[in-house]
Amino acid sequence: MNVTRGFAGRPRVQNDRLPPGQYDAGDDWPVLSAEVTPELAPAEWTFAIDGLVAEPRTWTWDEAHALPSSAYEGDIHCVTSWSKFGVRFGGVSLDAFLDLVRPAPEATHAVAYSHTGYTTNLPLADLTGGRAWIVWEYGDGPLPAEHGGPARLLVPHLYFWKSAKWIAGLRILDHDEPGFWEQNGYHHRGNPWEEQRYSGD
Amino acid sequence: MTETSASWTTSTSSTPAVPSATSAPTTGRTPATGFTPPTRFAVPGRIAVDNHTAATWQRATLTEIRRETPRAATFRFAVPDWAGHLPGQHLMLRLRAADGYVAQRHYSIASPPDDAGHIELTLDQVDGGEVSGWFHTVARPGDEVEVRGPLSGFFAWPGDRPALLIGAGSGVVPLMSMVRHHRARGLSVPLRLLVSARSPEELIYASEYGAETTPVFTRSAPEDVPVGRVSAAHVARLLADRPDGGWEAYVCGSNGFAEHASRLLVDAGQPVDRIRIERFG
Ligand SMILES: Cc1cc2nc3c(=O)[nH]c(=O)nc-3n(C[C@H](O)[C@H](O)[C@H](O)COP(=O)(O)OP(=O)(O)OC[C@H]3O[C@@H](n4cnc5c(N)ncnc54)[C@H](O)[C@@H]3O)c2cc1C
Repeated sequence: MNVTRGFAGRPRVQNDRLPPGQYDAGDDWPVLSAEVTPELAPAEWTFAIDGLVAEPRTWTWDEAHALPSSAYEGDIHCVTSWSKFGVRFGGVSLDAFLDLVRPAPEATHAVAYSHTGYTTNLPLADLTGGRAWIVWEYGDGPLPAEHGGPARLLVPHLYFWKSAKWIAGLRILDHDEPGFWEQNGYHHRGNPWEEQRYSGD
Repeated sequence: MTETSASWTTSTSSTPAVPSATSAPTTGRTPATGFTPPTRFAVPGRIAVDNHTAATWQRATLTEIRRETPRAATFRFAVPDWAGHLPGQHLMLRLRAADGYVAQRHYSIASPPDDAGHIELTLDQVDGGEVSGWFHTVARPGDEVEVRGPLSGFFAWPGDRPALLIGAGSGVVPLMSMVRHHRARGLSVPLRLLVSARSPEELIYASEYGAETTPVFTRSAPEDVPVGRVSAAHVARLLADRPDGGWEAYVCGSNGFAEHASRLLVDAGQPVDRIRIERFG
């Protein structure tokens, strides 16, 4: 592309933790959900895994909390170009849930869905191996509702629209099925380091 | 260079008249594969987006700058290969510095779709803002930037259903595209706009509003007009005037405003799956 006349931009920061095209949002944490923030009490929240698994299962808030706790400390990246460094989320590793339901050998993908009806698709490989969580804590407190509380999916190595807020469940599949933003032109995988923002990137 | 064919396909099964726990969010063009989340709320589908269009950067040449308020101006661009958009959609815009550094931001499209080969954006001047700062202090007609889009088929109104629009500040921008479309096409489907600004001087597009619009002023208002936020009373008045099939509600603005306005709508009985929200972050 051509240089924009008279555009200098901010002083450049050398930051190896910033994926291409992203900027450091600092203390801001923008909210970009497209639906009404649900009033969902922990007692009403459930998380289910079904589809191509040996033992489909639904966890209540207390049952999910009884699993071994696990935290993520690191960075998150939103497709709208902000990144947030050094955040902490607490919850349970998704591996702990998946180990109990046992995905079938032919399983390759999942659709994550929310209590709002929001959906997003992910390769199973992005949800396993200690890279994905169900989280209910942000910092030292409960996860705020507008950021997905009582509990959201967390897949921090992908753009944040993959980390479905108000998570209700995973449907395990043997094929890829586009979710809400993916049907609206967004990339199927959404790797920030390869700048996979829109379909075709 | 760019594929120019617009391919809007209105999703047929995306209009639940009542909140439905089983309505599939069939936004895409492949409803056959649509996974149906077995949950209480439902995000409604809308328009399938042309993925190729969304991925292609195009040159946009600035042709005109119009001041709207002391803090906001409208920037008109010629985009010869623009594939068209639906009122409410946004685009991504990028500026490039001499060393290759790029800054990109999202902007709602203010103009109606019938403005062939041209689009208009309205930008607030944000203090210390990298992109809006360039537009408000450096940009002049003839300058070139790049855009890709239109993006998001969700916050889009094809002019089909009664539309209840609620915006604050520059959140009125995508809603104005809907108002302009409604007028340009002489549509008879009901449309109402509730727009919040700090003061009459800060009301974007002030001279363009007609009987469809109720302005709300939060800091200072003309004589005889009360000062205050968008309230339950405003929303109740609009919802009382219920058209056949009910309203499709569109809420746009800061996250704080979007939370406030969408909560008022839910409390007043508007179904959650008929509220579409665009948050500017
Ligand atoms: C879908 C969507 C549609 C939108 N539509 C519109 C629209 O129609 N009109 C409109 O005006 N806006 C719109 N926005 C907002 C727009 O995308 C930009 O966020 C806005 O223009 C500010 O960008 P900027 O580059 O001017 O400011 P930025 O440079 O992003 O700065 C924003 C604020 O953060 C501070 N800041 C950020 N990074 C740094 C840093 N590294 N160092 C110092 N300070 C920093 C700035 O000082 C400033 O206060 C929309 C946003 C979305 C998501």
